Amino acid sequence: MSESRTDVVIVGGGLVGCAAALHLRSRGASVAVVEKNQLGAAASGVNFGGVRRNGRKLAELPIAARALAIWKRLPELVGSDCEYEITGNIKVARTDEHMDQIAAHAEAQAEYGVEVEMLGRNTLRDRYPWLGESALGAAYCATDGQANPRLVGPAFARAARAAGAMMVEHDGAQRVERDGSGFVVETESGRTLRGDTLINSSGAWGGRLAAQFGEPVEIWPMEPQMIVTEPAPYFMVPVLAVVGGDVYARQIPRGNVIFGGRSGTADLDVGFGKVHAEESLTTLARTIEIIPRIADLAVIRFWSGVEGCTEDHLPVLCPSRTTPGLVHAFGFSGHGFCLGPASGAVAAELALDGRSETPIEGFDIGRFDSP
Amino acid sequence: MNDDTPRVLIVGAGPAGTRAAEALVAHGVAPIVVDEGARSGGQIYRRPPAGFTRPAAALYGFEARKAQAVHATLDGLRERIDYRPNTLIWNIEGGVAQALGPDGIERIRFDALILATGAMDRVIPFPGWTLPGVFTMGGSQVALKAQGCAIGDPVVFMGTGPLLYLVAYQYVHAGARVAAVLDTSHLSQAIPVFPGLLWGGRTFAKGLWYMTWLRAAGIPVRGGITPVAAEGQSALEAVRYRDRRGREHRIACTGLGIGYSVKSEVQLAELAGCEMAFDPLAQQWLPQADVDGRAIEGSVYLAGDGAGVAGADAAEVRGRLAALALLADKDIATDRASQARLRAKLRRIMRFRNALERALPVPFHLARTLPDETVICRCEAITAGDIREGRALAPAEMNRAKAFTRVGMGRCQGRVCGPAAAQILAAARGCAVEDVGRLRGQAPVKPLSIRAGAEAAVEDRSRAASI
Repeated sequence: MSESRTDVVIVGGGLVGCAAALHLRSRGASVAVVEKNQLGAAASGVNFGGVRRNGRKLAELPIAARALAIWKRLPELVGSDCEYEITGNIKVARTDEHMDQIAAHAEAQAEYGVEVEMLGRNTLRDRYPWLGESALGAAYCATDGQANPRLVGPAFARAARAAGAMMVEHDGAQRVERDGSGFVVETESGRTLRGDTLINSSGAWGGRLAAQFGEPVEIWPMEPQMIVTEPAPYFMVPVLAVVGGDVYARQIPRGNVIFGGRSGTADLDVGFGKVHAEESLTTLARTIEIIPRIADLAVIRFWSGVEGCTEDHLPVLCPSRTTPGLVHAFGFSGHGFCLGPASGAVAAELALDGRSETPIEGFDIGRFDSP
Repeated sequence: MNDDTPRVLIVGAGPAGTRAAEALVAHGVAPIVVDEGARSGGQIYRRPPAGFTRPAAALYGFEARKAQAVHATLDGLRERIDYRPNTLIWNIEGGVAQALGPDGIERIRFDALILATGAMDRVIPFPGWTLPGVFTMGGSQVALKAQGCAIGDPVVFMGTGPLLYLVAYQYVHAGARVAAVLDTSHLSQAIPVFPGLLWGGRTFAKGLWYMTWLRAAGIPVRGGITPVAAEGQSALEAVRYRDRRGREHRIACTGLGIGYSVKSEVQLAELAGCEMAFDPLAQQWLPQADVDGRAIEGSVYLAGDGAGVAGADAAEVRGRLAALALLADKDIATDRASQARLRAKLRRIMRFRNALERALPVPFHLARTLPDETVICRCEAITAGDIREGRALAPAEMNRAKAFTRVGMGRCQGRVCGPAAAQILAAARGCAVEDVGRLRGQAPVKPLSIRAGAEAAVEDRSRAASI
């Protein structure tokens, strides 16, 4: 069977892995990506599609800022805008307590350069007459937006391949081991890939790979339950999120409203997300309260995928503490789509330079060590 | 009924579902029968709405007695079964079928399931097929039977398969003007499989009879044609086709019925966990079952055209067989001799069906060479060219093609456009059509009202709170 030797081997061809590969090629490093399924199709391909900083955890804001800069350059980087549009984002509160929460968060995130406009009930109603009575107020962020998740991962994969990265699809890593000063990866089909450094960007499965190197991280696999409606006249420009997280929604100019809220739990050994329609019915009821007019539409499809969540819902993005040359970039806890392009760049820097200019303090794998 | 009696759900009240229900009741099992239609009979034996006065002979031709027998059987069972018309099963998950009926969403728990979901029109797009005035053969039949009107004046029927002549006959019989019947197959294709066709006996004779009747009525019947385009400014004005010698013709019409036989409705079988395999003759992925329709022993049984198209007569037999298999698996005694007779009858019908499919082959290849600008997915306005180029992203299989191009992402979720899209993608990639896979089935199998869905959820939460 075929053997290859590259500077870097990447296990996991999602958005993070493919973005890392493209970044590595731009730095002149040779790279191979191993993906057990289709490139950019797991969590990267089935998520909601929000690209935002508003309401994000503070630890993620620096890397989110870097991500935003990359999102704006997509046509130049990957040959397509992947339907990325800066449409704004409104985070809606339904109680006074939630309103206080978003106001406090607005101040905190302003320190990171995220400007939001606080909207009271009347302004909110004037600007977005489609919102339901329960919306009391919101934080509006004009620089946030959305993109089509089905396109982004594959676009990075294609660009990486065009730039000379070796992209191995439908051939999962079966054995990953230390090999002298480097690493060796054997795939299901018997391929052998050797690399000086290894990036673990295997998403929900990243914890398993980390455990092999003595760094177990517990990952809770989640199945976000997504819903899409038939097309309706375009009424909803910004992405909507509700404090508490049980409703998020966006409409594409084509007219379909895409929304979700509830999650099922996934089985990592099954490998794909399952639709749990009952969860989605609950989301329908909650979404009607916030966007009453969708009651008149029909759902044309439910879908789901697998995402990996860590205990604190922050990613693991750091050099390994046990193994020189190993870089972790997994467990994005549902935040990997927006952060993906920058996370790939950071992972590539960690692999080549051992460090990154982008602050990633909150993402170290050591934070899960029992005291 | 005692507590050990299995709770059986039958989906579909056409010939297969009706006969399955009959057989179950005869063995002391009262099923729940859920049907999308307002009245039983399915597509082929569709009943007109109450109050329509056209006689069965006019509606069903030779099949009138069979249709009436199927209708009478279900009517006779209504006191003994839980019959729910106007109800769509939109999801099956973990032993529960989610139904949307006149009173909203209901969860129907079952021990065993008989899926008699039937078939729908197979569409092979061609330039202009999305013009108002172009209908499927099934749509043409519904117009006649359920709405008492013709799809245009005059009407042309084009395609192939037994329905082509039957529908044309029904139209002429009802007093509509039919300008021509254009068949992509030709009788010469039937000769090599003639011995097989003889197995069909009366059925084949009836097909010839309809054709002869139409000719005698002065309707031009052309075989071996190739569709070129439907034409018109804002609605259909004419259809163009090429004859066997390659000469092009144009026939003015305001209604065009197109049909290439039917394809199985398989979404629920897929959601219920049936194994799917590619069927080369139907060029479709079909749920797998044994000769009796046993797909998953003890839980899922398939009957009728939903498990591979074999027609109404076969559907009646398969409905009975599925019920007998289910009963046997639940240790309820059945008559082995009648089961053997049914199997033998089904074998005879299948021999004929296979010959018929070869005699009147579906011209799947037509999709492969359609001009780039032909719309394939009408919900999303995706053309053959879009699929071929994959918008420059080189999709390897159907779900990827859907993700990249939006083909099959609309209201039909690929039920209409999926097969043609698969042909086009396979041709563009130079591979066999089964190698591009199939669009994954996903709930809801048909569009689901958000209001109805939300009401069901709200109700549950309040119930949960009151416990």
